[in-house]
Amino acid sequence: MSASFDPAWLWLAPAVPLAGALLTPLAARRPALRDAWALVSALGLFVCVAWLAGAWWRAGAPVLRSEGPEWWAGVVLAVHVEPLSMLFASVASLLWVVTTVYSIGYMRANREAHQGRYYFCFALALAATMLVAFAANLVTLFVAYELLTLATYPLVAHKGDERARQGARTYLAILLASSMGLFLPAIVWTHVLAGGTEFVSGGLLAGRLSPAVAAALLSMFVLGVGKAAVMPVHRWLPAAMVAPTPVSALLHAVAVVKAGVFTLCKIVFYIFGPAELAALGAQEAALLLAGFTVVAASLVALRQVEFKRLLAYSTVSQLGYVVMAALLLAPLSRLGAVLHIAAHAFGKITLFFAAGAVYTALHKTRVDELAGVGRRMPWTMAAFTVGALSMIGLPPTAGFVSKWFILAGAMDWQSVFVGTVLVLSTALNAGYFLPIVCRAFFREGDGRGFEEAPWPMVAAITATAALTVGVFAAAGPLIDLARMSVEVSP
Amino acid sequence: MSAAWLPVLPVVAPLLAAPLWLVVRRPQVAWWGSMAVGAVAFAAAAALLVTVLRNGPVDYAFGGWPPPIGIAYRIDLLGAFVLVLVSGVSWVVSWAGGRGVEREVDEPRRALFFSAYLLCLAGLSGMVLTGDLFNLFVFLEISSLSTYVLVAAGRDRRALPASFRYLIMGTVGATFVLIGIGLLYAGTGTLNMADLAARLPEAFDRRAVHTGIVFLIVGIAIKAALFPLHHWLPDAYARAPGVVSAFLAATATKVAIYVFIRVVFFVFGAQATLEALAVQHTLTALAAAAVVFGSWAALRQDDTKRLLAYSSVAQIGYIVLGLMLADVAGLQAGLTHLFNHALMKGALFLALVAVVYHGGGQRLSDLAGLGARMPLTAAVIVIGGLSLIGVPLTAGFVGKWLLVEAAAAKGAWWLIAVVVVGSVFALGYVGRMLEALYFRAPAAQGGAGIAEAPLGLLVPALVLAAANLYFGIDTRLSAGLAGRVAAALGGAG
Repeated sequence: MSASFDPAWLWLAPAVPLAGALLTPLAARRPALRDAWALVSALGLFVCVAWLAGAWWRAGAPVLRSEGPEWWAGVVLAVHVEPLSMLFASVASLLWVVTTVYSIGYMRANREAHQGRYYFCFALALAATMLVAFAANLVTLFVAYELLTLATYPLVAHKGDERARQGARTYLAILLASSMGLFLPAIVWTHVLAGGTEFVSGGLLAGRLSPAVAAALLSMFVLGVGKAAVMPVHRWLPAAMVAPTPVSALLHAVAVVKAGVFTLCKIVFYIFGPAELAALGAQEAALLLAGFTVVAASLVALRQVEFKRLLAYSTVSQLGYVVMAALLLAPLSRLGAVLHIAAHAFGKITLFFAAGAVYTALHKTRVDELAGVGRRMPWTMAAFTVGALSMIGLPPTAGFVSKWFILAGAMDWQSVFVGTVLVLSTALNAGYFLPIVCRAFFREGDGRGFEEAPWPMVAAITATAALTVGVFAAAGPLIDLARMSVEVSP
Repeated sequence: MSAAWLPVLPVVAPLLAAPLWLVVRRPQVAWWGSMAVGAVAFAAAAALLVTVLRNGPVDYAFGGWPPPIGIAYRIDLLGAFVLVLVSGVSWVVSWAGGRGVEREVDEPRRALFFSAYLLCLAGLSGMVLTGDLFNLFVFLEISSLSTYVLVAAGRDRRALPASFRYLIMGTVGATFVLIGIGLLYAGTGTLNMADLAARLPEAFDRRAVHTGIVFLIVGIAIKAALFPLHHWLPDAYARAPGVVSAFLAATATKVAIYVFIRVVFFVFGAQATLEALAVQHTLTALAAAAVVFGSWAALRQDDTKRLLAYSSVAQIGYIVLGLMLADVAGLQAGLTHLFNHALMKGALFLALVAVVYHGGGQRLSDLAGLGARMPLTAAVIVIGGLSLIGVPLTAGFVGKWLLVEAAAAKGAWWLIAVVVVGSVFALGYVGRMLEALYFRAPAAQGGAGIAEAPLGLLVPALVLAAANLYFGIDTRLSAGLAGRVAAALGGAG
């Protein structure tokens, strides 16, 4: 009775935005057509992923793979679907639609140049993200991972002034150097050890590792996957904040950074295998590093005055949650890690949207200039408050759900370290988000009257804020999906 | 009976056509004629490859004299593989010749230019095909002498000292090769490679033979521009007309490396040479130094052609690193990178020809803003550059993966570190070019006439760029064939 699911259709997910990207130059000279096409591409991908997810779910959510052509001896490009990839692809494709609406408002209101290139690279980045999501082995994932770095580089350098160039240089240098220097050698090492790089339930390398090799390899992965922004490989993220805000919002709060922690989750779940890692005890050093990142990034965020840089350091810290929770290896905390990939996405994109709206409407970029902004931009700042609550992990927001499970995992495995980190960072999060909210709503500012950003932006902000609350209210299906991903790789 | 003279066609066709341009003296005729000859050479090479793949090695004895008395050609898979690469890339580069010489070579010299081009091609093809050591030296000199002419053919007066320097170094190299051949002949009494390989084991312990081998290897290393014998290369590439830089970068050093593989693995015997004479350790160390030094030097260049030239020094290091692992995986990696690097550098140097066509300079700052003005040329530089870094889905990635894998399998971790350092530097120097192309405003004065280059330059550059993408995805011809060649070579165990 269960319908079957042909995994070859998964190739469609990267193909749709790729087609969208390739056709963008044709419309580059006509703004209306170009914007419409961007929206059509985003909707097309969303429909495509929704259809894939539906068909896959009806077929009983199996783990299936589809092989592409052999690249060279022993190396195959392949896609597969499992709960974690479906979750990541769904979140990214859904938020791309919202971001495109927001982009249209933002790019027009700020009279940005080179919008053709902008939408082209944006769609290309999404194609890469989809391939990251559905990659069935490390080689395919690496291809997509690098493509994502390259596609987003022009977006970071978009403004073209010295500051943007400098930021983009840092961005490219750190991401490519870490991936070429550590990630690729780690993949090749895996390939040499296991004769392949497939993601296997229970761990490809299970039974082939000594504790020392496992620890070395895991460290290479954790530091080599620079997109996960584990300190000290995090500097690219604040540097990337020179990009237009929609880029920061979707790519540097959702697609790119989530591709990083998603990759690490895949590696822990399917390359090492949680049980194997726990038996070897090889994850301790990486776990400490992740925990350190959570607290240290929050401390740095506390001292930021520039709105987007503050958000960037907050992202570094939140990514640390995911890495730390995955590396704790407790089933409940891994469930929390998977959930946090989604939960943080909704909350953080809302915060970035709000920052961009404030910039567009009032040309303010610093948090100490926000006094009274809540009254002039009530929708934006209300949404911001929702996002901030989610970052702190308070109900009724998505952040509460994921943090709950991470904490439960920490208690389950009696990890004092993870518990302490969580408590500390919650306090710190509150310490840098709540003052902004207070200042915006309860202080008198210089301007008066209602001065919201253009309506597409406000609509997008409201939508993501609603999603943040919605995930909390209807967390059931998401938790089911996350639980499945933990069950697939015990 | 076409198959009988197929093996000599890639040499004879350009060799016979070259003097014609001295008679005709019309640049257009010379250009079209050279392209036709290039096409014939390439077709013959492709046919040879197919024949070798089907029936195994092809033998050809000149004048019907059987070896070891006469000169023999023996084309095996390795030879066919390199010949297809050399004739293919030089053919594509020759398409750009017509437009390329317009700006960089004076009218009276243009026909002569194509003569030298064909002579050089004939020399390089001959080196690949021949099975005779002395014949190898003759072809080496044919290709070298014509190269000196090509380098000096442009309007840039600074090419003259560059060419002269190359001539000095090249002559020293050729002399070393000749001394080496002479000593080997004295020690064994034969010049035929197969014959020599058979006789060498019993004569191997003689000091004269050792000396001969070392002379030969050092001579070849000069021609291959292996660090620290690379000093002629940056100047020659930077000052030569752009088309010549593309041609040389894609073919000349590759053929030198081919000769190295031929003599070390076929003639001398890999095991004996690499281990007994400590060649393996020496060359590995030098190649590693080449990667690090070449990449670092490229990072500091302000002149784009010099930048690419130093990058070539580094890439030769990668190739030799692979070869010196001396097992099947390492040889495959080296040969794959040899193949791919020809495509990268061909594309990049041709793109620079396009850049200077409308009066643009060859400094990094002259690339500023070209991303918008010359979108296609800029795209070629992007693709070639990414391939140099070794980004996935470009040809460069395949070679790098294979090299790292071969090193990992042997447990040579420091070698991976060298590759990583080289890649990071490559990221730096390619990044500088890309940043200039897209994110820097052009200088205020001048440059008004800069627009996309004519099709005559764009098409060959785009073809080579497309090849970089194609061989990044379909690796049967590059890594696949290289793997078969490597398996045949067997390595030193």
